[in-house]
Amino acid sequence: MTDATAGAAPGQKKPGKVLAADGRPLKESLNRALRLQKMRALMLIAPLLLFVLLTFIAPIADMLFRSIQNGIVSETLPRTTERLADWDAKTGELPDEAVYEGLYYDLFIAAERKLHTRLGSRLNYEMTGMSSLFRQSGRALDDIGDVYFDQFDDLDKNWDEAEPWAELMGDPAWLTKMQAWKKADGKKMPKFVLADGMDELLPRTAETYAAFAEYTQVDEGKSLVKEEPWVLVHTALYQDLMEKDVTGYTGPQAEMLKAADAAVGGFESITFKEGMQEVDEDWLDHGTWQTIQMYSPEFTNGYFLNAVDMQKTPDGPEFRNENQQIYGLLFKRTMFMSLMITGSCILLGYPVAWLLANLPMRQANLLMILVLLPFWTSLLVRTSAWKVMLQQQGVINDVLVWLGLVNDADRLVMINNQFGTIVAMTHILLPFMILPLYSVMQTIPPTYLRAAKSLGATNWTAFWRVYFPQSVPGIGAGSILVFILSIGYYITPEIVGGTTGTFISNRIAYHISSSLNWGLAAALGTILLAVVLGLYYAYDKIVGIDNVKLG
Amino acid sequence: MIFKKTLMATTALTVAASGAFAQDMADSMTIVSWGGAYQSSQQKAYSEPYVAMHPDVSVTWDESSNEAVAKLRAMNEAGNITWDLVDVVAADAIRLCDEGLAMEYDPEELLAPGDDGSSAEDDFGDLIVSDCYIPQIVYSTTFGYRTDMVPEGVEPPSQICDVFDVEKYPGKRALEKRPINNMEWALLCDGVAKDDVYDVLETAEGQDQALAKLDTIKDDVIWWSAGADTPQLLADGEVFMGSTYNGRLYSVIVEQEQPVAMMWDAQVFDLDGWIIPTGLPEDRLARVKDFVKFATDTTRLADQAKYISYGPARASSAPLVPEDMKQHMPTDPANAGNTFLYNYSFWADYRDDIDAKFQSWLAK
Repeated sequence: MTDATAGAAPGQKKPGKVLAADGRPLKESLNRALRLQKMRALMLIAPLLLFVLLTFIAPIADMLFRSIQNGIVSETLPRTTERLADWDAKTGELPDEAVYEGLYYDLFIAAERKLHTRLGSRLNYEMTGMSSLFRQSGRALDDIGDVYFDQFDDLDKNWDEAEPWAELMGDPAWLTKMQAWKKADGKKMPKFVLADGMDELLPRTAETYAAFAEYTQVDEGKSLVKEEPWVLVHTALYQDLMEKDVTGYTGPQAEMLKAADAAVGGFESITFKEGMQEVDEDWLDHGTWQTIQMYSPEFTNGYFLNAVDMQKTPDGPEFRNENQQIYGLLFKRTMFMSLMITGSCILLGYPVAWLLANLPMRQANLLMILVLLPFWTSLLVRTSAWKVMLQQQGVINDVLVWLGLVNDADRLVMINNQFGTIVAMTHILLPFMILPLYSVMQTIPPTYLRAAKSLGATNWTAFWRVYFPQSVPGIGAGSILVFILSIGYYITPEIVGGTTGTFISNRIAYHISSSLNWGLAAALGTILLAVVLGLYYAYDKIVGIDNVKLG
Repeated sequence: MIFKKTLMATTALTVAASGAFAQDMADSMTIVSWGGAYQSSQQKAYSEPYVAMHPDVSVTWDESSNEAVAKLRAMNEAGNITWDLVDVVAADAIRLCDEGLAMEYDPEELLAPGDDGSSAEDDFGDLIVSDCYIPQIVYSTTFGYRTDMVPEGVEPPSQICDVFDVEKYPGKRALEKRPINNMEWALLCDGVAKDDVYDVLETAEGQDQALAKLDTIKDDVIWWSAGADTPQLLADGEVFMGSTYNGRLYSVIVEQEQPVAMMWDAQVFDLDGWIIPTGLPEDRLARVKDFVKFATDTTRLADQAKYISYGPARASSAPLVPEDMKQHMPTDPANAGNTFLYNYSFWADYRDDIDAKFQSWLAK
C-alpha cells in the first residue's frame, strides 16, 4: 500500500478491496468463478477420466504391482515361514522339527483348501520340481495323521465321530443352535464358537479344529455335527495331550479326553521330519528349504532379477548360467529393431508425405486412401501376405529365379529372421509415420521454397536448409509413435520373426498366456515401460518435446 | 420385469417337464474350443444332437482354447466366470487343476458307463490324467513329409532319426517352437534308449545333449507356433518335413490332396478333453453336467471320429469308429509301432527350466 492511497480521503474503501456487485471482494469472487469453471470442466471430463482410471490405469498398475508381490508363500505356509525365519541356510543343516511341524500343519490345511498346488506352481518358477513336490505331498500327507488317528480310534470309536468332537470343542450355546439348525430352513449356519478356555487347555487342537470348522462351514457349507474332523486335528490332540495337563477339565466329553490323556503316553509316534521324508524325500533337500525361505517375504525382487537374467541366491543376486540368459539379449534386440523400423519408416514415409502435401487435392486424396488402405485390412492378413511374398517358395523369390538373378538352389532367406520382421513391421507402421509428417508438411507454405530458390538456392539447398527443418517436428512425432508402437508389438514378430526376429513382447506374451508366470511378465513389462519413459525423457532433453507436432 | 417373468416361466416349465426330482438347469451354455475342423467335429457330434434333444438350450462356441488357462485365471480373479465348459489339452488341464481353476469331479457320477458295461473309470482308464480332466480324444504330434521332395534313389523317410539326417534328406524341417517333444526326439536320435529319455532329460548334461543334437539341424529348421503353420509350409513346399497334429496332416493329405505322407514313427500321444471351471452357479453347473454326460458317452465319442482323425478316449468307442477312418487314427496298430505318451508330470516340473534354456539356445 503506497502512501498516496493511505492518504486518501477517510471513509473511502481501500482500492485493494474492490468489491463485486454482491459485496464480496472482487478477487475472491473471481477466484470462485474460476474454480466453478474448473469444476465444471472437470465434471465434463469426469466420465472419461473415471473410465480411463478404472479400465486402464488401475488394471495396469495392478498388473505391474504383481512384479513384486509374493504373498502366496507366507499366506499358504504361515507357520512354516514364521519358524523358518530364524533358520540359517548357510550352516548346511536342515531346519529343526518345529519347522517340519509347521509345514505339516500348513500343508494339510492348504491341501484341504486346494491351495498347495498353486503354491507349487509358483515355487516351480524358482526351483524345478516344486510343482510335483507339492502336488504329491498333498496326496500323501494323510499318512502322518493316520498314525495317531488310528490309535485314537482304537481307544474310543467316538474319536472318529463328528458330534463328540463338536461337543468337546464347541461352545455349549453354539452347539445347541448348531444341532437345531436345518438346511431346509434356509437360514445361515451358526458360526462356530470355541468353548471357553479350550485354546489354553488344548491350543493346537483348538487352532486346527477352528480351521477345520471354518473350512467345513464356509467353503463346504456342511454341518459340524455331521462332519468328522481332519486327521490333522487328531495329530494336534496327540501333541497337546503329551504336553498339557487335562486332569482339571470338567467340560463335555471329559471322560473321553482323560482316557485318551492316560493312553497317549503309550502311543506309537513319528517325528514330523520322518513323516515328511516318507511323504517325499525332497523335504530333506537343503535346496527346497532354501527356496522356501528365500521367497517367504511378502514382496520379492526375484521377478525383476529374473527379468534381467539374474537369480536370487543365499549370497545375494547372481547372474544366471549363460545358457539360460535371454532377456538382456531380447531387450537389446527389441531396441535395435525398433530403431531400424523407425528409421526405415522415415526413409519411406518422408517422400510419400511430401507427395501427399504437394499434389493437387484430387490425386492427394487418392494417395491418402492408398496410405490408409492397410489400416482397413486385418493385421493378420497383412502379415500373412508378407509370408507369401517373402518365403523361399514365395512371390519375390520366384520372380528373381525366373529373371535368372538368383539360382533356384539358393533362394534368398527373407523371412523367419530379422529382415522379415523389419519389412513387415515397417509396412504395418508406415501410416503412423506418414500421417503426422503429412499434417506438418501441409502447414509449411510452398512460398518459402520458391522464395529460397528465387534467392539463388539450388533445389537441394532449398530443401535441406528451408523445407526440412520445418518438417522436423513431424519426423519427431512420427518417430515417437512408430518407435513406441513397435517396441510393444508381438503378433507380427511371432509370425514372421522366426528365432532371431522376435521381441521382448513375445516373451511377455508367452509368460502371460502359456507359462502363467505373471509376476515375471509384469517385471518385464515394467522394465519395458521404464525404458520407454526413459527414452521419452531423453528425447525431451535432446530435441525437446515442444518440437513435436501432430499437425 | 419381463425377463424375470420369462425366467420364472421357463424355470417352472423345466421343473414341470423334468419331474419333481430334477434340478434347475440354465438354458444356455458357453463352450470353449479350438475353432477350425476340430471344433466343427465337436459341434456335429456333440452339441447339435444335444440341442436337437433340448430345443430350448442355446449353445455358444468360443474359440479361445489357446489362451484358456490365462483367461480362466483372469476370470477367476475377477470373480466372473463366463465359460461353462472348456476344451483343453491335458497339460493345461493339470495346471488348471493345480491352480484350483478347474473343478474336480467323480467319474462314476458325472460320466456315463461304457456301452460294453464297463464303468466310466475303467472305460477311460489311465487317460484320466488329472482329477479335473474329462478326456475326449487321443491325438498325436507326428511328422509329415512331401513325397515329391524325397531325393531320387532314396527311401522315403520312415524313422524319426531321418529328421536329423540332413545329408540323406536335405531340405527344411518344421519343428514346434518349444522344447516339448523336440528334446525327446533329439535324445532318441542321439543314442538314448526310449526308456531312459526322461532320466537323461532331468539332468543338465542331458538337456545340453539334446540341444547339441538339435544344433546339428538348427540352420534347416523353421519353427512353428500355430498348429496351422506346418500344413501351410508343407503345402507351399517351404519345408520337406514337419511336425504337427495328426488331424492337421490328415486334412492336408485327404481333403486337400497334397503330395504329403505321414511318418508315424515316434509320434507323441496327447489328450484333448473338457474341464468344468470352478465356481459356476448351480443351474449352469447342472446344465453342463447334463451335457457332459451326454457328450462323452460311447456313441458320441465314436461319432466324433467320423469327422476328424482323432481316436476316441473311451476304450468302448474304438470298435464303433468307421472302417475308412481307422487307418488314419494315431492309435491304429499299423501306425502305433513306436509311440510316446506326453510325460505330464515331467513337463509340469521341468517346463520352466528347460524352456528358459531352449529359448536362450533358440535366440542365439
